[in-house]
Amino acid sequence: MDKFRMMFQFLQSNQESFMNGICGIMALASAQLYSAFEFSCPCIPEYNYAYGIGLLVTPPIWFFLLGFVLNNNVSMLAEEWKRPTGKRVKDPTILRYMFVSITQRSLIAPMVWISVTLMDGKSFLCAFSVNLDIHQFGNSTLIDGMTEVEIVKLLAKIPCKNIFNQPEVISREAASRYIKCISQAFGWVFLLLMTLAAFMIRAIRPCFTQAAFLKTKYWSHYVDIERKLFDETCKEHAKTFAKVCIQQYFESISGDMRSFHKHRSSKDDSDDDDDDKKKSDEDKLLGIRDQDDMNKVLWNWHTCKPPLALRKEQLDGESHEGLIPNGDVHGVSGGPNGYANGHAPDLPKREWAAYYSKV
Amino acid sequence: MDRLKLVLQYFQSNSESISNGICIVLALISVKLYTSFDFNCPCIPQYNKLYALGVMFVPPLIFFFLGILVNRHTGVMMDEWLRPIGKRSKNPAIVKYMFSAMMQRALLAPMVWILVTLLDGKIFICAFSMSVDPKPFSGMPNNTGLDLIKLMAKVPCKEDMIFRNSTFRKAVSRYVRCYSQAIGWSILLFFILLGALGRLIKPCFDDHATNLQTRYWSNYLDIEQKLFDETCVLHCRDFARKCVVQFFEGMREDAVLRLPLSPEVRYRGEEDMVDEEEERLHGITKQEQMDQLLQTWFQCKPELDVTRMAYRPRVCVTWEDHNGQTLYSDV
Repeated sequence: MDKFRMMFQFLQSNQESFMNGICGIMALASAQLYSAFEFSCPCIPEYNYAYGIGLLVTPPIWFFLLGFVLNNNVSMLAEEWKRPTGKRVKDPTILRYMFVSITQRSLIAPMVWISVTLMDGKSFLCAFSVNLDIHQFGNSTLIDGMTEVEIVKLLAKIPCKNIFNQPEVISREAASRYIKCISQAFGWVFLLLMTLAAFMIRAIRPCFTQAAFLKTKYWSHYVDIERKLFDETCKEHAKTFAKVCIQQYFESISGDMRSFHKHRSSKDDSDDDDDDKKKSDEDKLLGIRDQDDMNKVLWNWHTCKPPLALRKEQLDGESHEGLIPNGDVHGVSGGPNGYANGHAPDLPKREWAAYYSKV
Repeated sequence: MDRLKLVLQYFQSNSESISNGICIVLALISVKLYTSFDFNCPCIPQYNKLYALGVMFVPPLIFFFLGILVNRHTGVMMDEWLRPIGKRSKNPAIVKYMFSAMMQRALLAPMVWILVTLLDGKIFICAFSMSVDPKPFSGMPNNTGLDLIKLMAKVPCKEDMIFRNSTFRKAVSRYVRCYSQAIGWSILLFFILLGALGRLIKPCFDDHATNLQTRYWSNYLDIEQKLFDETCVLHCRDFARKCVVQFFEGMREDAVLRLPLSPEVRYRGEEDMVDEEEERLHGITKQEQMDQLLQTWFQCKPELDVTRMAYRPRVCVTWEDHNGQTLYSDV
């Protein structure tokens, strides 16, 4: 458990290493899937080739698509591609970079499958046993006595140990060894080509466009982080929005002209601590103190949800009313919010500065 | 668990250790790959040698290129080699040092593969069983109707019918394997001697002080590259945060300046709390505003300029008495 947690933490430390982790896990899954899969060649001339090649080619395509599906950056790429230009210029090199990096990661699991399949040799044997040159492995005298169809049927049975019933005509082991050896040769050549290709891309690339590459890397990383931060900010905003909306709803039902800031005159300052505690309990009640009010709150929450429009705080309106008798404050006309009692702000954007006098 | 952590920490302590660690991991992978690889000699005269030598030399090539690829220093070296001079002069000794270090590390896994194949012997038997002169060995089956070459080519294949329980086959295999192991051990001894001699004699020919300098500066280049990448990432994060907040605030309908009243008529604690809430709302308080915001985020992404946010002006308040005389001012 501890080991998992450590590995998890390490992998999540940044997005790139997380994607590399997923990529590695898929490669291991692909190798494991191959070893767990029970390969059973049909040993029938018409179906051998389809089965063998199908098994060689279809799972890699599936893993490739799965790699795209599991990669978060795909939706980011699509979004960046499709957005209107607006105030921010679109840079095609960033799109290319993102696409290339997503593709590179998705190609690893298919490659692992193909190499493991070729090294193992079973699917090659199944697919190509009928194409064998029978005279190389068989007893010529016996072979000449057989018809074309019989020969093909016999060759098709080579991959299946249990049903191959004519060892005197062809040596099954020699033939399967031969085909397996060709399959392994293909496998190694395939691996070598892939490695060379990767080498060309990574080691030789700095010879061209290094400065442009740094720029592209930075901005594609930026797009990813910006998207995440935007989601986080929206979530925070939604939480706060919901909280304030609900508070205002309770308040509107209770009818109290409450302020969230307990507003007392100066003589209560000495009891600050107790006041704080009582204040927070009072606050939490949000003005609902009896059964009827609470029932009304619950009923209306379903039948008549409040609009999605927060009123501005009524603090200054209230303090306005609270203080004026003392004559302490003037020049507060309109206050910093410009409105009391929560009228929706239809005013155009303007900046306020208020001068308060403190006597 | 603790031991693993210690080992990981040791290897991550500096980038040279990381490279060494990766190099060792590749060597271990090469051994594991050899043991799990199902070696399948074709036992056919034309193909034996080709297959066997292919299996002996192609995987080392693959491991060599892989070794260069996974090494971080490759990128650093290529950068240093290809960069324009600019304000920093180039020192070819550093590039040479990094190149030789990278080569040495990349050559370890291929050498391990070749040594393991030689010491195991299967590949040698497959490749050279046909070159063995069968006369010294007794028990050669002579009723198979196959010519000599074809017969000898079948020696590596145990399961073949003509060689079932044959002492001849076992004797020939043992003979070839013994050659293979001798070559393997000699190569190992040769490389160890070479390494030892190099270590002992190099100080006589090298300028130690220059060596220290070269090592220092190549290490410096590597660390500088890492720190640059990290700084870019951190900067990216801050830039994105400011850009998003600026975007939210830009969608506000009015600018509200919350100005404090005279201090004793309010409780600062909750004021701060509400301030925080208002802060997190960034002035977006209606559904239409939010919808408009989300739509604009897609339709018209904001420009990449956070100068306004980074240098946000502070609101200054001036307190005046009823005569207009300034009592206190933030200005």
